[in-house]
Amino acid sequence: MTQPRYRQPVSLFWWTRRRSYLLFVLREMSSVAVAWFVVHFLLLVTAVHRGAGAYQEFFEWSASPLLLLVNLVALAFVLLHAVTWFNLAPKAIVVRMQGRQVPPRAVAAGHFGAWLVASAVVFWVLVVML
Amino acid sequence: MPDTIMLQVTRYRPESESAPTVQEYEVPMREDWAVLDGLNYVKDHLDGTLSFRWSCRMGICGSCGMTVNGDPALTCGKFLTDYAPGPVRVGPLANFPVIRDLVVEIDDFLHKLPQVKPWLVRDDDGGVEDVEFLQTPDQLDAYKQYSMCINCMLCYSACPVYGIEPDFLGPAAIALAQRYNLDSRDQGSHQRLDVLATDAGVWACTYVGECTRACPKGVDPAGAIQRYKLTAAARTLLPWGKR
Repeated sequence: MTQPRYRQPVSLFWWTRRRSYLLFVLREMSSVAVAWFVVHFLLLVTAVHRGAGAYQEFFEWSASPLLLLVNLVALAFVLLHAVTWFNLAPKAIVVRMQGRQVPPRAVAAGHFGAWLVASAVVFWVLVVML
Repeated sequence: MPDTIMLQVTRYRPESESAPTVQEYEVPMREDWAVLDGLNYVKDHLDGTLSFRWSCRMGICGSCGMTVNGDPALTCGKFLTDYAPGPVRVGPLANFPVIRDLVVEIDDFLHKLPQVKPWLVRDDDGGVEDVEFLQTPDQLDAYKQYSMCINCMLCYSACPVYGIEPDFLGPAAIALAQRYNLDSRDQGSHQRLDVLATDAGVWACTYVGECTRACPKGVDPAGAIQRYKLTAAARTLLPWGKR
């Protein structure tokens, strides 16, 4: 006769057991923040389409303390999303140059560098050009 | 240094208990004793009914994986002095059904492992004369890290995805698939694609990364999985004939 096996239960709060689990869950949740920024951007596009009045209204709504708070929290999540994503890059991309593997740090640095350049371009367009 | 250390060992006796309990044993603490030596002391001198798996005592066989103070570990590789003054909590590997005390059922892993064909697959299977394949040191380096896997299943125990979704192929099986995919002598990567590029394969992984931290042999299963995600995505975009 086979003896019964004991199935070890997985706690609903398993993700609080380790710092890495918690960070992982926060990273997964950051997708909600990314989605929120997409929605916010679409609302901006709609406001621009509807005319100057609607645009001004959208601006005032976006400057309200509640929305500022929401956007600041969302920004923190999106930054976490971006940093963890770029840190993952060297795991997925193994580059070989002249017969040698490019160090993982260099692959990550390349991604962070590209991010910096893209941010600088956006900053230049938004602040210097306009 | 105190002479003894307390082991808090999880016991499960299915004939008399419906759930595990904890039993305490005081064992000598010697500088050169691993947690496994403490368990063997219990078995030999204090309580012969305690059940656990072990074999080589040198981190090769992968039999003595257990949960030590909450972390998956090979008990032959963790010294009692590292946990002084104690107590040391020793339990079965998490995420696996428990058969008795510290012995877990590994059938699920043994069922999944051959699905990824962890051996050299050749399309042009020649005769005995053709079984020697030359390989350069660079070609060896491409997969050597993954070949260090000893099937100890600590990575399955560390993986919360496997705990929640038991269908997940799991870190070691995927790392071993990559061990052969990246081998210059192997021609079976297209056969493994059907197993790996699935919801229960690499796409179930959400990159927690604990498998890599738990690995006692320095294999990087998390890296293997992320790398294969890129391969799988690229291959899915290719027309059928070129996959």
